[in-house]
Amino acid sequence: MKRKAFLAAFPHTLPIFAGFWFLGLAYGILMHSAGFSFWYPMFMSMTIFGGSLEFIAVRLLLSPFAPLQTLVVSLLVQARHLFYGIAMLDRFRGMGWKKPYLIFGMCDETFSINYTADIPPDVDRGWFMVFVTLLNQFYWVSGATLGGLAGGLLQFNTKGLSFVMTAMFAVIFQEQLKKEKQKTTAAVGLGCSLVCLLLFGPDSFMIPTMVSILAVLLLLRNKLEKEGI
Amino acid sequence: MTDMPFDQQVITIALCALGTMLTRFLPFLLFSGKKATPPFIQYLGKALPCAVFAMLVVYCLKDVKLLSGSHGIPEALGLAVTLALRQWKGQMLLSIAGGTVLYMVLVQTVFG
Repeated sequence: MKRKAFLAAFPHTLPIFAGFWFLGLAYGILMHSAGFSFWYPMFMSMTIFGGSLEFIAVRLLLSPFAPLQTLVVSLLVQARHLFYGIAMLDRFRGMGWKKPYLIFGMCDETFSINYTADIPPDVDRGWFMVFVTLLNQFYWVSGATLGGLAGGLLQFNTKGLSFVMTAMFAVIFQEQLKKEKQKTTAAVGLGCSLVCLLLFGPDSFMIPTMVSILAVLLLLRNKLEKEGI
Repeated sequence: MTDMPFDQQVITIALCALGTMLTRFLPFLLFSGKKATPPFIQYLGKALPCAVFAMLVVYCLKDVKLLSGSHGIPEALGLAVTLALRQWKGQMLLSIAGGTVLYMVLVQTVFG
């Protein structure tokens, strides 16, 4: 049962292997150049397991100690995970001991795969999602650790490799769009993100985006429920 | 190298982990009990994902400058090839790899 679930999960994680190794290496190298031993990226990638915040954490560690600010920044940067939890409430039901780990490891990429993948009916859903989560975390931690160990030794032209994440999210979006009968929610997401990006700029548009998506979707609730969302 | 004492480093890292875990666990702590999930949360569970995937795509592209540099041309071509390959061949990995390789070639040569 586990073997079958692993074999079904593994191909889904390959783009993430490429992306996480690249980003994880970059993160480890950044930590190395800031004077931290490899234990830091290794331990931080294991416990925080959320890419963008870990890059910010490097800056927090180099600045004066500010615990409250650290917590507030973490909550703001990671707020989008609230949406993933809401979407996964039913799917994680009855997962027993697997559930806390599935929630702990639910980064953007893991959520995207676990939400959209067509899991074959003869594959155990719980184990499939556990393996997706575990493999992704393994890629991230190993990449970050290697980056911390090898530091500046790595010299190959990886410019543009991080596009693998963009391409993956685009394909997942396209996939989801095909599955949904209505296209309104996609339009809401796209519209709110673009308007907020224009208004607030690339560094602070995510929170306004999330608030506006939430507001617009709640306003459209009656209409969308009539359309049988 | 950081001037921060070790104990403060540990607290800083722990707070980052705590903030992350709060956002991941909160919905389950609030709505996973014996009581049924409120209808508007059930509705959001169905309405949010597609909007969120759109948001993630925009998030990945947030630093693209349309008015300067390469004007977002490599990103546009990379995405077009990715999505076209997906439509045509139906292979997720192939389309992601194809789009990414094209993008890398573009930013390393033509737009390098």
